[in-house]
Amino acid sequence: MNRRQKNTLVRIIVSAMLLAVVHFLPLDGWVKLAAYLVPYGIIGHDILRKAWKGIRNRQPFDECFLMAFATLGALALGRLKTGDYDEAVAVMLFYQIGEWFQSMAVDKSRRSITDLMNIRPDSANLEDAEGRCTAVDPDEVPVGSIVQVNPGDRIPIDGVVRSGSAALDTAALTGESLPREAEEGDEVLSGCVCLTGFLRIETTREAGDSTAARVMEMVENASSRKSRSEAFISRFARVYTPAVVFGALALALLGPAVRLLMGLTPEWGDWFMRALTFLVISCPCALVISIPLTFFAAIGRASRAGVLVKGSNYLEALANTRLIAFDKTGTVTQGVFEVAGVHHAVLPTEKILELAALAESHSGHPISQSLQKACGKELDPLRVTEVEELAGEGVIARVDGRQVACGNERLMARLGISAEPCRSVGTVVHVALDGAYAGHILIADKLKPTAREALDQLRACGVRKTVMLTGDREEAAREAARDLGVDELYAGLLPVDKVAKVEALLEEKRPHEALGFVGDGLNDAPVLSRADIGIAMGALGSDAAIEAADVVLMDDDPLRISTAIRLARRCMRIVRENIAFAIGVKLICLLLGALGIGSMWLAIFADVGVMVLAVLNAIRV
Amino acid sequence: MKKTYAIDVDCANCANKMEQAACGTPGVAKAVVNFMTLKMTVEFAEGAQPAEVMREVLARCRKVEPDCDIRL
Repeated sequence: MNRRQKNTLVRIIVSAMLLAVVHFLPLDGWVKLAAYLVPYGIIGHDILRKAWKGIRNRQPFDECFLMAFATLGALALGRLKTGDYDEAVAVMLFYQIGEWFQSMAVDKSRRSITDLMNIRPDSANLEDAEGRCTAVDPDEVPVGSIVQVNPGDRIPIDGVVRSGSAALDTAALTGESLPREAEEGDEVLSGCVCLTGFLRIETTREAGDSTAARVMEMVENASSRKSRSEAFISRFARVYTPAVVFGALALALLGPAVRLLMGLTPEWGDWFMRALTFLVISCPCALVISIPLTFFAAIGRASRAGVLVKGSNYLEALANTRLIAFDKTGTVTQGVFEVAGVHHAVLPTEKILELAALAESHSGHPISQSLQKACGKELDPLRVTEVEELAGEGVIARVDGRQVACGNERLMARLGISAEPCRSVGTVVHVALDGAYAGHILIADKLKPTAREALDQLRACGVRKTVMLTGDREEAAREAARDLGVDELYAGLLPVDKVAKVEALLEEKRPHEALGFVGDGLNDAPVLSRADIGIAMGALGSDAAIEAADVVLMDDDPLRISTAIRLARRCMRIVRENIAFAIGVKLICLLLGALGIGSMWLAIFADVGVMVLAVLNAIRV
Repeated sequence: MKKTYAIDVDCANCANKMEQAACGTPGVAKAVVNFMTLKMTVEFAEGAQPAEVMREVLARCRKVEPDCDIRL
């Protein structure tokens, strides 16, 4: 609670007790009014002051002015007719309770969402030349210093591990719950939590440029890009208050006038009271607060799940996504070449892989690295002799005294060996042992393990068309597209062609539908910005992708696309609920007030109750 | 040029009013008030002096919402 909130609370309690006391005092006439003015003044003096300022600044539809007018009107009516001042003081009291509650609720949700997003540690353990450690503000750590990270600490600044090893929890950045191993020489990102082990990190950035700071800045700024719903609500608020005020005026004048025409008593006081009820309902705050709060909560929640949404407007677009186009390499495939299979082998698979990896071990070619990775054990280079590399064909070497030839069909043809062709798509490495064919190894870019499920999930959440746009060859792309069940495939595209295809899709979509494009952000930047909503994958540390995309998936998992869409839908549903609920309740209360059924108490509920319920609903996201 | 200022304001509608008031100030190209993070981002027009413009922005905001504050 801040000073102002505490102050208001004290005033609420004091004036409520005074009101109770005055209510039971046997007073009459002006004395009674004067007695009631004490609690009224305590609770309402700031409202009256602000109302006066509002009049001076020619801001007549200020809610303070309306509250002041309504309660002073009720007091006057009490003096002239009813002799009842309870209502006027109580309305002011409840208005203040409502304001107080609103301020507390907004503060609380603001804090809880900010805490959720806070991945920036307050201090860093800076190591000096003698190896001693002092806790300092991360902003004061120069690039190239050594910081120590103990188990349980968050890494304060991006850097490279100089010594130590640890399991890192990257959930705050990526939403990924599996810990990641980091050891000497590895690059580590700020915001990760060191779970086990001790790390000494040489910083490579300043705290302000580090990942944690950049992510938080993006998320915080995101709620500044306003959505259409927010624009609608602030436009609505601008006409709502004057409309209600004129409604009140009309009620106060036309009601009695109609009764006079019908030959009835005008009942000025009754109609005046109804008009005052209108004024109490005229504050649009419940509406105005609940919408940005919902977006804010949703953006915070998404960032925890490893999805950065760069604006409330993008959440809106994300919720309407019905068409998804995506890139292949690096988006649904891993983008690294791995051994996908060993076929026609005359020896056990591991043996073939080991021989091939050994024969290729002197080459820096990516294929050699894939083979070594698939082999999975330390290779002793001394077992390999007489290495002969044939450019564009392969390698012939002697391994453990046997001649091993690894390469493409041309190499096999040169050696006069007939090779078995491979039916699958990818790079094929034929292996021959002592001049006899020993089988072939297929190396291919594998689909991500979650890619298939990701596509199924997209269809499940209402995406009606999925399109693969890739620069890869037709055969390779077709196989991936078939495995994933993609609706349309365009292969062999240059970046310019991708833009053209996306534009064609934009033409084809129905109004109110949004087209999403998912890419890896490096060469897809033009397409990312052309689509209604550009989603960049695995963009941790890549500035270009963060620049170009509207939504950034922090890890490589394509499943997060549907997570993001679901979250956006949920957010939009709550926004719509809140708009309908707040406007609906206010309209009903206005109607009841006009008919003389609702009292000022009801009006206060319409104002405060709706606001509280809308705020509670908003943070449900 | 774009600058961000911390603000202090009580209710969401008041924040909207501040935004409108700031947008109408000469020298401001665009202003966005973020009630959730209590920040005002002001994009200044070409050649405007931020310090002077912001004094005027604060004065105009105080007119529509006497209790607000902008930390300059």
